[in-house]
Amino acid sequence: MATTNGAVENGQPDGKPPALPRPIRNLEVKFTKIFINNSWHESKSGKKFATYNPSTLEKICEVEEGDKPDVDKAVEAAQAAFQRDSPWRQLDALRRGQLLHQLADLLERDRAILATLETMDTGKPFLHAFFMDLEGCIKTFRYFAGWADKIQGRTIPADNNVVCFTRHEPIGVCGAITPWNFPLLMLAWKLAPALCCGNTVVLKPAEQTPLTALYLGSLIKEVGFPPGVVNIVPGFGPTVGAAISSHPQINKIAFTGSTEVGKLVKEAASRSNLKRVTLELGGKNPCIVCADADLDLAVECAHQGVFFNQGQCCTAASRVFVEEQVYGEFVRRSVEYAKKRPVGDPFDAKTEQGPQIDQKQFDKILELIESGKKEGAKLECGGSAMEDRGLFIKPTVFSDVTDNMRIAKEEIFGPVQPILKFKNLEEVIKRANSTDYGLTAAVFTKNLDKALKLASALESGTVWINCYNAFYTQAPFGGFKMSGNGRELGEYALAEYTEVKTVTIKLNDKNP
Amino acid sequence: MSSPAQPEIPAPLANLKIQYTKIFINNEWHDSVSGKKFPVINPATEEVICHVEEGDKADVDKAVKAARQAFQIGSTWRTLDASERGRLLNKLADLMERDRLLLATMEALNGGKVFANAYLADLGGCIKALKYCAGWADKIHGQTIPSDGDIFTYTRREPIGVCGQIIPWNFPLLMFIWKIGPALACGNTVIVKPAEQTPLTALHMASLVKEAGFPPGVVNIVPGYGPTAGAAISSHMDIDKVAFTGSTQVGKLIKEAAGKSNLKRVTLELGGKSPCIVFADADLNMAVEFAHHGVFYHQGQCCVAASRIFVEESVYDEFVKRSVERAKKYVLGNPLTAGINQGPQIDKEQHDKILDLIESGKKEGAKLECGGGRWGNKGFFVQPTVFTNVSDEMRIAKEEIFGPVQQIMKFKTIDDVIKRANNTSYGLAAGVFTKDLDKAVTVSSALQAGVVWVNCYMVLSAQCPFGGFKMSGNGRELGEHGIYEYTELKTVAMKISQKNS
Repeated sequence: MATTNGAVENGQPDGKPPALPRPIRNLEVKFTKIFINNSWHESKSGKKFATYNPSTLEKICEVEEGDKPDVDKAVEAAQAAFQRDSPWRQLDALRRGQLLHQLADLLERDRAILATLETMDTGKPFLHAFFMDLEGCIKTFRYFAGWADKIQGRTIPADNNVVCFTRHEPIGVCGAITPWNFPLLMLAWKLAPALCCGNTVVLKPAEQTPLTALYLGSLIKEVGFPPGVVNIVPGFGPTVGAAISSHPQINKIAFTGSTEVGKLVKEAASRSNLKRVTLELGGKNPCIVCADADLDLAVECAHQGVFFNQGQCCTAASRVFVEEQVYGEFVRRSVEYAKKRPVGDPFDAKTEQGPQIDQKQFDKILELIESGKKEGAKLECGGSAMEDRGLFIKPTVFSDVTDNMRIAKEEIFGPVQPILKFKNLEEVIKRANSTDYGLTAAVFTKNLDKALKLASALESGTVWINCYNAFYTQAPFGGFKMSGNGRELGEYALAEYTEVKTVTIKLNDKNP
Repeated sequence: MSSPAQPEIPAPLANLKIQYTKIFINNEWHDSVSGKKFPVINPATEEVICHVEEGDKADVDKAVKAARQAFQIGSTWRTLDASERGRLLNKLADLMERDRLLLATMEALNGGKVFANAYLADLGGCIKALKYCAGWADKIHGQTIPSDGDIFTYTRREPIGVCGQIIPWNFPLLMFIWKIGPALACGNTVIVKPAEQTPLTALHMASLVKEAGFPPGVVNIVPGYGPTAGAAISSHMDIDKVAFTGSTQVGKLIKEAAGKSNLKRVTLELGGKSPCIVFADADLNMAVEFAHHGVFYHQGQCCVAASRIFVEESVYDEFVKRSVERAKKYVLGNPLTAGINQGPQIDKEQHDKILDLIESGKKEGAKLECGGGRWGNKGFFVQPTVFTNVSDEMRIAKEEIFGPVQQIMKFKTIDDVIKRANNTSYGLAAGVFTKDLDKAVTVSSALQAGVVWVNCYMVLSAQCPFGGFKMSGNGRELGEHGIYEYTELKTVAMKISQKNS
């Protein structure tokens, strides 16, 4: 497996580049049912729903459609698996970690299958699915496997004649609702810390992309997690999603998706049983390019930052602020990049951009593009759908964008790059921060002080300096303001999946 | 360690071939610079198993050069992702699992260890400890700190550098893993000197280190003797830290040499004279069993041996009766043979020392309940021995015996027994047996020991820091704490134009 340092064999780097992986031809979709207690179930209602391949617009298969009764069943199983004296509660923590490592091993074994499924279901380029989504998943499970037996409480020197310590216990049954842009990866980001901390889980994958989650269910069973520890209920937001958010026996919910739905989830969580909530929501992420930046680096990073995954990233660099002096050159080079971006069949190794996920997203993006044109931004390239090509949109660049335009304020979630101009640092800080979002920000500069100043001033959960989309399982990720609540990844994720209990033992006063 | 139902284990490997007998530097095998070799003995038969290259200062110098090179800024090892270091350690654990039978056989043969213990406890403990350390590799955090002034301040936990690690003969493989696991997780490079009595499993591990894919120079192994190879390590001007497990006497020499040379960082795991306190309200059977294993496990050759058992007056006689019965259940012999549950002591020197202490017990007036001398006429065997009516002034109550000899003494009050338990310059472990909540908490707080076991003994787990108070050692191994012992903290302070909280 390639690492960031290149292939290593016996401590010596081996000179040859690895051969490109291939997708599985005629992949049979084996897992389409609801997964509860390590077994496969039909929906209580008997209903099914279809999942489509967004590049061919063909139906891939039908999947059991869960609803509230199925969620109830799943929660029952998860609760039983969480009882004191259950196999899962009695397991050595180290052993929980070992199970997560074994799950990572199976993900490696079935990497090509999962990447193929993910590409079929999302339209993302196969090589991206293989090298980024799957790589991220494997690393995430391995990282959290290592934490399992290192989740430590404290002994505390409290006043008075007492012994005082904390236990960091699992919260209980955790609900997770995951999005369609990185279906398996976003699932791993939730499942890994949840299991590492000893919780049990009820998951709902996005209705557009249920397949890799269900395949993962088969691996959970194969590894040997006790029944009921992981349960998967495919279905729709207003039914399954709402049932999870408001379930009185679910103790915590983690949601990744739009800010609009995130608010509904938090509302339902509060109204029902005050379940703990973590949210990873949208962004309108500023990318600040200073005049002294390495311009090629900035152009490339900003380009990938907004166009990666067909623009369907919460971290999309959808407001590029370029310092006056280098603005013209930056626009010119960015347009060149955008024009060269290969759009096409995601199974073609040359493709960098596939289709948008569905008609609804497609229509929304085109509408925002039209607003850009109407409101006076300069269309540099793209600006419409690819002719006769279903859900494909041309990589689009707007320049002379101003802060009040819709394309500068609303999350587009498509291959559209708005470029804005700025004069000085104080100004761009204010403008970058004037949004309700606060997920990520990027800064391109060679100057030490500027970098540190911007890092401190930007109201974002992550600030990237001279890089973009630099995700590491070791580093926490999450949003300021309305981009989310809480953090995923890193040690910080553990706090979101544990409940702290303080134990105070009074000692006999005659033996101080 | 009490083993309830013992799981099925395979038979020891027949016809064990010793493949690796040379010095391991830069992932290659070397003869000693001097040309000398030394014999490795099977303590059950007193026969020579094989000869191993004998390292001395010149070989240590070679190893240090390799380890220093591998530690240079820009080297493969220094630029490897921390998570990849973790992957390599996990891979090493997998290879140990694969070679478990071979390693357990070799360890039992060379160390005189009962095979079932070697296979289950030693190898099991090694694999778990490696996996534990592997998990830490990419979780060693520094901090960003709100310091005064317009300064951006953070700390880095860096590897210390080249670490010398001197391993004992009682748990050769386990102590090897306890040293290299944390050291490598933090990114150090190491030079290991296994005990001269038991170099074989360390050398097999070297072959696995290479197979796992650690870069050359990261792990180096120089077998040899203390006064030569060991001393060369403690006083080397280009070694940044020395870690030693062994006797307090040698530990002092090491720390002295470290101070005299270059102030290298020192961690020591030394001897003990660990007390077990059995209260009248204890579950007596449980106390007898744990105390028994606490002193007899691995022929008494444990730094945590429960070698002073204080029993509350009212249950003293019953405790003695059951302990003596228990001590008579041993079948001595070749530890690789099925059915044998006590092996030999490691060598003649230890054997003689133990017999001498047993004689002192008799002379100084302790009551010999069973055993009391050597067993058989080949191999370094000692009969399981129990002394009662032991008083605090006797040699057997003060000196570390490191043999299958149990001392049982009587006590009246809780304050008195705490004083007596603490009345030693050692401070490694202690055991407390009681059902009373308050007693358990107050006594464990009062005991001057790095590890206090309540209603159990010798329960060790990689997640828990282990080490001694007073002259039983400096620093801790394993647990989060043990990991930090292999880091050097750097504070970085950057001037910025304006700080904001």
